[in-house]
Amino acid sequence: MKVRILYFARLRETLSIDEETIELPERTTVETLLGILKNRHQALRRLRFLVAVNAEYASPNRGLREGDVIALFPPVSGG
Amino acid sequence: MIKLIREEPSIDEALQGLRLRRVGAVSIFVGIVRGETGGRVVEALEIEAYDEMALREMERIRVEALKRFKVEEVAILHRVGRLKVGEIILIILVAAAHRDEAFKACRYVLEELKRRVPLWKREITPMGATWVEGEGVEGC
Repeated sequence: MKVRILYFARLRETLSIDEETIELPERTTVETLLGILKNRHQALRRLRFLVAVNAEYASPNRGLREGDVIALFPPVSGG
Repeated sequence: MIKLIREEPSIDEALQGLRLRRVGAVSIFVGIVRGETGGRVVEALEIEAYDEMALREMERIRVEALKRFKVEEVAILHRVGRLKVGEIILIILVAAAHRDEAFKACRYVLEELKRRVPLWKREITPMGATWVEGEGVEGC
C-alpha cells in the first residue's frame, strides 16, 4: 500500500523534503513507519517531532491504511 | 468562526457575529508580535501552518470550549505568513451570558491552541532566522 508523508517547519528544512510517497506492507503501524523513515533520513533521529495521521494526532500503535497522509512536525509554537 | 488568515484581522468584524441575544460578555485575547525575545531583537515573524489539521484542531478546541463552559460562541483567527512587529498574530473571542465563563473559556482556548494546533513561528532577527520550538503534546 502507498502512503503520503508530509514534513513541516524545522523538519522540512533540516531534511530538505516537504513530502514523499512510500510503499509499505499492509497494516504497518506508525511506529514501524517511523523506523523506516529514520533509516531514510538520519537527521530524524536527533529531531523532536510529533505525528499525525489524516490530520489527527496518532499514537505509535496506530495501524496505517492505503492512502493515509502522515504528517511529521516539531512541537507546535503558534499563538 | 475559525480561520487562518494572511491579512491582519479586524476585531470589530470578528465581534459582529457574536452580538447574540443571550450574550452579555465577550472576552477577547489578542496576541501581537513582540519586538524582542530573550534580549534579542525580533524584526519580523513568519508563521507556517499545516492548514488542514490546524483548522480541524481549532474547530475541535472550539467545540470542547462550548461543551466545558457556559459559553455561546467561540471565534479563533490565526495569522499565517510574514508579520511585522506590532501586528496581530491571533484573536480569540468568547461570547457568554456572563464574564466569568467567558474569561475561563478564553484562557482554555488559548492554552489548548498553543499546545495542539500545528502552527510554527520563525523569528527573523539581525542574526538570522530561528524556529521557535513549542512544548507541544506528548508525542512519539
